Amino acid sequence: MNTATAKSTLGQPTPAAIAFFLLIVFLTLGITWWAARRTRSVQEFYAAGRSISAFQNGLALAGDYMSAASFLGIAGMVALKGFDGMIYAIGWLVGWPALMFLVAEPLRNLGKYTFADVVAFRLQQTPVRIAAALGGILTILFYTIAQMVGSGALIHLMFGVPYEVAEVAVGVIMLAYVLFGGMLATTWVQIVKALLLLFGVTVMVILVLARFSFNPIELYAAVANQYGQAALEPGGLVSNPLDAISLGLALMFGLLGLPHILMRFYTVPDARAARLSVLYASGFIGYFYLIIPIVGFGAAALIGRNVIAGIDKGGNMAAPLLAEFLGGTPFLGFIAAVAFATILAVVAGLTLAGASAFSHDIYVHIIKRGQASEHEQMRVGRIATLIFGSLAVLLGMVFKGQNVAFMVGLAFAIAASANFPALLLSILWKRFTTLGAVGAILTGAFLSVGLIVLSPTIWEDILKNPAGSAFFPLKNPALVSMSAAFLVGILLSLWKREPQAEEKYESEKLRVYLGIGAE
Amino acid sequence: MQNNSDMLNSHAFKSLVSQRWWVSGILLLALFLTYYGFLLLIAYQRPVVTVQIWGKTPLGIPLGAGVIVLSWLLTAIYVFWANRAYDPVVLSLAQRLKAETP
Repeated sequence: MNTATAKSTLGQPTPAAIAFFLLIVFLTLGITWWAARRTRSVQEFYAAGRSISAFQNGLALAGDYMSAASFLGIAGMVALKGFDGMIYAIGWLVGWPALMFLVAEPLRNLGKYTFADVVAFRLQQTPVRIAAALGGILTILFYTIAQMVGSGALIHLMFGVPYEVAEVAVGVIMLAYVLFGGMLATTWVQIVKALLLLFGVTVMVILVLARFSFNPIELYAAVANQYGQAALEPGGLVSNPLDAISLGLALMFGLLGLPHILMRFYTVPDARAARLSVLYASGFIGYFYLIIPIVGFGAAALIGRNVIAGIDKGGNMAAPLLAEFLGGTPFLGFIAAVAFATILAVVAGLTLAGASAFSHDIYVHIIKRGQASEHEQMRVGRIATLIFGSLAVLLGMVFKGQNVAFMVGLAFAIAASANFPALLLSILWKRFTTLGAVGAILTGAFLSVGLIVLSPTIWEDILKNPAGSAFFPLKNPALVSMSAAFLVGILLSLWKREPQAEEKYESEKLRVYLGIGAE
Repeated sequence: MQNNSDMLNSHAFKSLVSQRWWVSGILLLALFLTYYGFLLLIAYQRPVVTVQIWGKTPLGIPLGAGVIVLSWLLTAIYVFWANRAYDPVVLSLAQRLKAETP
C-alpha cells in the first residue's frame, strides 16, 4: 500500500459520498414517479409521447453517449498515456456530424420506435426485422456487458461495496426507471446525469487550471517536465495507420448503428427537432471531450502516474483521485455519485433499446404480425424490459473480473458493420432489396464477431496466444467487416430485383423528405 | 395519389432531394478530410505533430482540439443550411400538396 492510497478515502463510503448518492437516487426515482403517471400508451413507453424538445433530447443523447467508460476511462488513458488518450477522445466525437448528415432526419421521418422500422419499411417485414433485431441485440448485449462489468468494478473501487451487490443495485434501480417511467423517465434521468457530469467535469477543469495560473500551456509544460516530451506526443495508438483508421471507422459509423442512440430520435416531435438535437448533443459532447484531456493531464501532473496506476492499472480512478486532491472528500463524493448516476442512466437506455428490439420488432411484428393491442404491447414491453435487465445483471456476474474492454470496440464494430450499412442503403438506394438487407446485416454481424476473435485483441491479449500469431492483423475489424457488409448488400440487391420495394421507395420519399405521414 | 406522383416528379421536389444529399456529401467529405487527415498526419508526418509551438506544447494538441471544434462547426453549417434553405422549401411543397388534396 503506498502513501497516496492510505491518504485517499477512495473505496470507503464517506458521508459526503452517501449523501450525494442518496440525493441522486431520490431525485431520479422522483422523476420516475412523475413520469410513471404519464406513461400509459406504447408510444409514451418507447418514445416519451414524442414530447421531448430538441434541447432536452440533445442533453439526453449526450447523457446516453458519455458513459462512465468515457468519463473515467479517457481521463485515465490521458493521465497514463498522454496524447494517445486525446487521439482516442477525438474519435468519440466525429460520429455525430456523420449521424446528422446521413441518418438523423430520414430516421425520424420513417420510423416509429426502432431503427429496424426504417430498414424494414419497404422490404419484407419478417426476414428484415429478424436480421435487424439480431444486429441490434448483439450490439446492445456487448455494450451492456462492458458497462455492467465496468460498473461493478468501479462502484467497488469508489464505494467499497462488493461487486455483486453493485451489480444488483444497478439492475434494480435502473429497472425501476424503465419499467415504471419508460422513455420519459429514462430521458430525464439522462438529462439530469448529463448536466451533473458536465458541471462536475467543468468544476474539475477550473480547479486544475487554477493551479497552473489558468494557462493550459503551463499544465502541458508540467506534464512534459515530469514524464518527458513523449507524454505530449503520439505513442503507440497510431503506430499502424490501418489499425487507427479501422478503429476510427468503427467509432464514427458505429454511432450511426447504436440502437439506444437511434431510438432517441423518435422522442422528438419532428425531423427539424431531430436535426437540432444533434447540434446540441454534439456541442455538449464536443465540449466534454475537449476538456476531459485537461482532467487527465491534470491528474498526471498533480497526482502522479504511479499513484493512479497503483490503484487501478487501467487508470480509471484518475478523475476521482484528482477530485479528492482538488476539492477534498465532499468533491470526491460528488464525482463518485455522478459516475454512479452515469452508469445507471446508460444501462437504463440500453435496457429500453434491448426491450424494444425484442418486443416491438420480434414479438409485435413477427410473432403477432403487427396485430397486437396497446395493452398487450405494453405488457410485452415491460416483460422484455424485466428479462433484459435481469440478463444484464446476470452477464455482469458471469463476466466478473474478465477483461471486457474490447467489448465496447466490438459493439461499435457490429453497429458499424451490421446495422449502419443496411440503414444507410435502405434510406439512400432505391434498388436495395430484402435479400441485400439480410445479407448485409448477417455479413456485418458475423464478420465483425469472427474477425475480432481472430484479431490480436482476443487471440493474443485474451486467449494469451504468442504475439504475432493472430490470423487477422487489425485490432478492430470495422474496416473489413463494414466494407464487406456494404459489398454483400449491394451485390445481392443487384443480383435479384425487388420491384415492390422500388415502387415503395418512390412513394416513401414524401415521408422521408417532407415529413408527410411521419409518426 | 395523382398529386403525390406529380409532386414526386416535380422539378422542385427532385432538386430539393438532390440538394440535400449534395450538401450532406460535401460536409461528410470535409469531415473525412479533417478526421482521417488528422490520423494520417500523425501516422506519416509525425514531426509536424510534435513540433513545439508554445513552450513545450506541441502542435498536435491544438490540432486535436481543432478537429473537435471543426467537427462541431460542420454540424452547425448543416443546421444553418437546413434551417435557411431546406425547411422553407419543405414547408411550401407540403402546403402545396395539402392545398391540392381536398
